[in-house]
Amino acid sequence: MIDAIFRYEFLQNAFMTGILIGIIAPLLGVFIVVRRLSLIADALSHVTLAGIAASLLLEKRLMMFNGLNPLYMGMAFSVGGSLFIEKLRAVYKHYQELAIPIILSGGIGLGVIFISLADGFNTDLFSYLFGSVTAVSRTDLWTILIISVSVIAVIILLYKELFLLSFDEEYAKASGLASKSIHFIFIIMVALVIAASMRVVGILLVSSLMTLPVAASIRIANGFKQTIFLSLLFGETAVLGGLTVAYYLNLAPGGTIVMISVAILVGAILYRKSNYGKKAM
Amino acid sequence: MNSGSVIEIKELSYGYEKETVLEDINLSVPEKAFLGVVGPNGSGKSTLMKLILGLLKPQQGEIYLFGKEIRRFKEWEKIGYVSQKANSFNSGFPATVFEVVASGLTKKLGLFQFFKKKDKVKVMKALESVGMANLSSKNIGELSGGQQQRVFIARALVSDPELLILDEPTVGVDAQNVNSFYQMLGELNKNRGITLLMVTHDIGTISDKVTHIACLNRNLHFHGPAKEFEQLSEGGLSEAYGHDIHLLAHHHDHGGVKR
Ligand SMILES: Nc1ncnc2c1ncn2[C@@H]1O[C@H](COP(=O)(O)OP(=O)(O)O)[C@@H](O)[C@H]1O
Ligand SMILES: [Mg+2]
Repeated sequence: MIDAIFRYEFLQNAFMTGILIGIIAPLLGVFIVVRRLSLIADALSHVTLAGIAASLLLEKRLMMFNGLNPLYMGMAFSVGGSLFIEKLRAVYKHYQELAIPIILSGGIGLGVIFISLADGFNTDLFSYLFGSVTAVSRTDLWTILIISVSVIAVIILLYKELFLLSFDEEYAKASGLASKSIHFIFIIMVALVIAASMRVVGILLVSSLMTLPVAASIRIANGFKQTIFLSLLFGETAVLGGLTVAYYLNLAPGGTIVMISVAILVGAILYRKSNYGKKAM
Repeated sequence: MNSGSVIEIKELSYGYEKETVLEDINLSVPEKAFLGVVGPNGSGKSTLMKLILGLLKPQQGEIYLFGKEIRRFKEWEKIGYVSQKANSFNSGFPATVFEVVASGLTKKLGLFQFFKKKDKVKVMKALESVGMANLSSKNIGELSGGQQQRVFIARALVSDPELLILDEPTVGVDAQNVNSFYQMLGELNKNRGITLLMVTHDIGTISDKVTHIACLNRNLHFHGPAKEFEQLSEGGLSEAYGHDIHLLAHHHDHGGVKR
């Protein structure tokens, strides 16, 4: 395996990207899960699909879009979708969760229209849906590296604000925190991380990489910092393990990564049961 | 504008959508006072607290905090807040008691600042002052309602506030602990000179604990030193409370409020 990584650039790309998203997806995932926003990740990933499909369609129809990385259009759609969700959440104050099915179905609808307009794609759409070991390019890797560094820096710099906002929104507001701006920055980061992750895990399974490692660590961790640490550990294990298995068995990495995450989750639940017995969450 | 008033409210009115909840409220809270705000359920007590905290914007009238008009007031770290909802937070939230209390320093430290050693000392001191230091590494969800309430008070105290606002803090605290809880508040008020503003619908128990009382039911029916309040006949109270006074007194006979 190590041999192969040194030999093939595509494997280097896939594994480096894997290491990065194994950090940023669960890192943001912790905040998403504790704020009960898990489904937003799902909605945004489907909007990203529409962006990718739009980009592929334009590439097929218009020469000038040749060579444009679909990742960029996916990112633009994802960020746009996140802003739209916030708008909808403000409109439906008492039914905030309505924003999610609206955006999710809108994303799929748009994506399907673009896909059928293009009469299918030469490029393997399958790899966008379920991830790929071979499809990650050097440009992808650089883009994802920039996103990762920015996301990690923002989380470190705004850690106390994000914690307070997640734990107790009213208290955050009462202490004069600029909670709207911080939430805005947060939701943009979520959109970017989703677009960045989809190359490796695939659009349909991005949200599970953000939530499953967190679901596992929440069962056994003591405190927030430990929850973050364990989530990163589980996320990284799932991504690297999943990529390795996918490479050797020639499978889509999205599937192997998610199945390892599920296995870790089951392990965490059983561990908790055997250790804490009576205590319920 | 009186100097020496921590809070000064003038002709304040507020309503959600159409219904008026607070009407023509005039209230001033002197420095180092312990003001109990009483009134039946739905009388607008929490709404008044949210207005004072800047969570809601006044529709009419003015609020001054530490002598500054509320829209120009910036020093929110001077005010600690324990909300009515404090005991209905997401109890599965993976945070330790220490982390929760430390989050009370967020505004005081400011953007892009990290926790330092002396901040950790402050957190432990705040926990000690509410008798919770030994539980600092427990997950917040594993504590009882009364213990959680103390943690939230520690969170409000950690930034050394000059004013502490508590909205029905004894809901969820079991009857035996309510007394020691009030005692702790009394000490904060007397020994540390913190101005306290406490909302409760438990009118019977508090008149000997606080220095001032305000009776709220849409309008402010009584506002003054606690001693004067005690001298009011039950008839006077009924005027303020409508029919609820008997109900409240009845509640009290059974010893405190339980969740
Ligand atoms: N967010 C809100 N939207 C609409 N009405 C509200 C809201 N919050 C409170 N109310 C109404 O305002 C009135 C006063 O509520 P509140 O201030 O919570 O009373 P209290 O704290 O004294 O029990 C009640 O009739 C309540 O139904
Ligand atoms: Mg209330």
